[in-house]
Amino acid sequence: MLTLWTSHAKFHNFDRSVSPILRLSTDQNRPKPLRERELYLGDPTLMPEGFTGAVVVGESPVSGEAPTLNLPEEFSYLGDGDIIRIEPEHGRIRVIFRENSNQNSFLLTERCNHYCLMCSQPPRNVDDGWIVDETLEVIRMLPQSTREIGFTGGEPTLLGDRFIELVAAMKCYLPETTLHVLTNGRTFASSEFCKQITKIGHHDLMFGIPVYADVSTIHDYIVQADGAFDETIRGIVNLKRFGQKVELRVVLHKQSLPRLQGLAEFIVRNLMFVDHIALMGLEVTGFTKANMPDLWIDPYNYMPELADAALYLEAAGMNISIYNLQHCLLDKRVWHFSRHSISDWKNEYLDVCKDCNLLTDCGGLFSTGMSKISDHIRPF
Amino acid sequence: MSKFQSLRVFETPLDDGYKLLPSRFSKLNDDEYVLTNLVGEHLILSRDNLESYVRHELRPSSDLYSDLKSKHFLMDEDSNVAIDLLVLKWRTKLSRLADFTGLHMFVASLRCEHSCPYCQVSRQSEDREKYDMSIKVANRALKLVFRSPSPAIKIEFQGGEPLLNFEIIRYVVEQAEELNKDAGRDLAFVIATNLALITDDILAFCREHNVLISTSLDGPEDLHNKNRPRPGNDSYRRAVDGIERVRGALGRDQVSALMTTTEASLSYPVEIIDEYIRRGFNAIFLRPLSPYGFAIKTKWYGAYNAERWLKFYFEGLDYILKLNKSGYFFVEQFAATILAKMLTPFEPGYVDLMSPAGIGIGAVVYNYDGDVYASDEGRMLAEMGSDKFRLGNVITDTYEDIFLSDALLDPLEESFADSAPMCHECAFQPYCGSDPVFHYATQGDYVGHKPTSEFCNRNMAIFKHLIELMKDPETKRIFQGWVH
Repeated sequence: MLTLWTSHAKFHNFDRSVSPILRLSTDQNRPKPLRERELYLGDPTLMPEGFTGAVVVGESPVSGEAPTLNLPEEFSYLGDGDIIRIEPEHGRIRVIFRENSNQNSFLLTERCNHYCLMCSQPPRNVDDGWIVDETLEVIRMLPQSTREIGFTGGEPTLLGDRFIELVAAMKCYLPETTLHVLTNGRTFASSEFCKQITKIGHHDLMFGIPVYADVSTIHDYIVQADGAFDETIRGIVNLKRFGQKVELRVVLHKQSLPRLQGLAEFIVRNLMFVDHIALMGLEVTGFTKANMPDLWIDPYNYMPELADAALYLEAAGMNISIYNLQHCLLDKRVWHFSRHSISDWKNEYLDVCKDCNLLTDCGGLFSTGMSKISDHIRPF
Repeated sequence: MSKFQSLRVFETPLDDGYKLLPSRFSKLNDDEYVLTNLVGEHLILSRDNLESYVRHELRPSSDLYSDLKSKHFLMDEDSNVAIDLLVLKWRTKLSRLADFTGLHMFVASLRCEHSCPYCQVSRQSEDREKYDMSIKVANRALKLVFRSPSPAIKIEFQGGEPLLNFEIIRYVVEQAEELNKDAGRDLAFVIATNLALITDDILAFCREHNVLISTSLDGPEDLHNKNRPRPGNDSYRRAVDGIERVRGALGRDQVSALMTTTEASLSYPVEIIDEYIRRGFNAIFLRPLSPYGFAIKTKWYGAYNAERWLKFYFEGLDYILKLNKSGYFFVEQFAATILAKMLTPFEPGYVDLMSPAGIGIGAVVYNYDGDVYASDEGRMLAEMGSDKFRLGNVITDTYEDIFLSDALLDPLEESFADSAPMCHECAFQPYCGSDPVFHYATQGDYVGHKPTSEFCNRNMAIFKHLIELMKDPETKRIFQGWVH
């Protein structure tokens, strides 16, 4: 697992007034006007003038006049073009953007109107509007060659107009970048909100929306919000009415599995216009850990239900993927749906996987979820 | 105490109960009932469960309750999005109606060099002047074609054998393309031909203008030639050679074939299907004879009853399912049409299985002499002396005269299944249609008496059979693969 943040950063001679969002550069010949918002990644004694400061990874004595940020060894992956957020007063830094990754995503708010049993990013009811300003700033700094950006939360659409503003910024500053938004879709039950999003005319935008059951009671229970199912379904229908792309995301666990076939048939009858369906293994982190007895089923044991539902959806012409499940657990008939879905920074394999011949096809495991793994992992 | 609430909290308290959404039920077999809603979703219920459902006795925690709620048979206080979705699905099912007539059949010639005893259009053997479509008729018909608001227009050339008057086909295709420069429709052409007279010149024309070919193939050589006599007794050879020539010239998926079941066919469902496989087809339409034309005169129609036809059909379907289960994709198209209604939100728009009926508003026929008929069967009846479904004539009547004629509106209105006796309460109605031409031909009125209607008996048996078959999840998945 890549470490994306630390509170053990050592700041030396940093001016408290510098902008907290900074890009890293290893380029000695970087044009001078750009150096003002950048840190030089490399030997501080070789830092050309004009950079905000230098970044050194690993133990090394820091001295001299140059503002220097000393980071622990885990950050040795940092490279040219990466963007970090610094908090010198707390000794904290967070990696916001990694240039050589296709899985950069921005958490837009920690607030949420769901309280899902298996939330991997438990919500907090805090005033975090500053995140939007900072994200807007980051968007302006991203290279135009960025392939994909994810928006996540919390529930990003709770930001209302500010969410619209962020999508508009993505369109204007990154005209070649795919934007994937993780949302519960409820805000889109408002046609007015859909209309505003559509008016932006984003070139490549997809909304990933969770639907956990074909009936309101079970979906509402899983997301711990009464009325959620109706609003989410209305939101999905509305988004498609406005020509937006929608992905359904179904997390597989003890509460959602009993209605999985029912859900598959419901999708084919009612939502067959969606663009993609992701059937997803559980990430054992966040709230999931607290609700393990109500959630955990060894994927090996639900494979018949998963294969039946996936093949039924495929037969109906739907576009299916299976995320977060390991090849050795999957029924062979559904191998072709399996994707490398786990973000690169938290994707790992086990010791037994070292001898496996199919590792490159395998979805891998969450490094965040190692506390509970299937009893049936074995190498091919 | 946990900060998470239990499932029970999200269930509607039993006291609040549930509302029934519009549905119909019919007996499926001795023990079970089939329940359907407006948009064709279905569930199989035992009698006890059916009674509990209609008496509002089901509990929210039961699987059956969830199934009924998921498929929009009931609604409770917890959720009312079912109404939105039913409206959406209902609108989707009916959306074809707004498009109006999409299929326009031109009878290029009633002449034919075949002399099939089951000919349903009563073909003629000579008199070029009398039985070929003229340029004048074609021009007037084309004007009517483009009055249809349908965004997709398909012009199908019928006969007799339309290739006997290929000049009019050439003319209509070129004129239609000319007219379409302004009209901007999604325009397609099909020639329904026995392929005996196909030439390289005709194929070159078809390639240039993207004309599809639909032909007849009744089964193995003996059977085909017995059903479809022509001079030289070589109908089969010419058909199968023709199929390959079309594929070679136009592409493998540019030719389709139709079969007609005669009494002689009944013993050979497997052999007939194998013939289609041998010829490289991935589908067959197992079609009974219709009560029109020579089929009546020669008594070929009536040589077998619905029961014998169904035995043949089910044997064929059983064999096709075996093929699919062993991994060979092959579709029975009549079942696929019904399954599309059962398993998708769409209406396939097959003229015989539509309500309101597909006559005139789904398809229309411009006969060689300029008479306009509400359907292919309508003109077949006319050749037998009944002009009941003659809507007008392209020379003497306007578009409004024709499409607002009583000859069209009366049968449409009277046969509407939602209000027809027995149909209105039948669970299979969403899968069925109202075929006013068939019922007029066999029973003398547009609606007919359903208990003795062969249309009703045959279709109802097939609906039940398909629903029974889908109890097997693998079969259901195969069927789903036929219809997307």
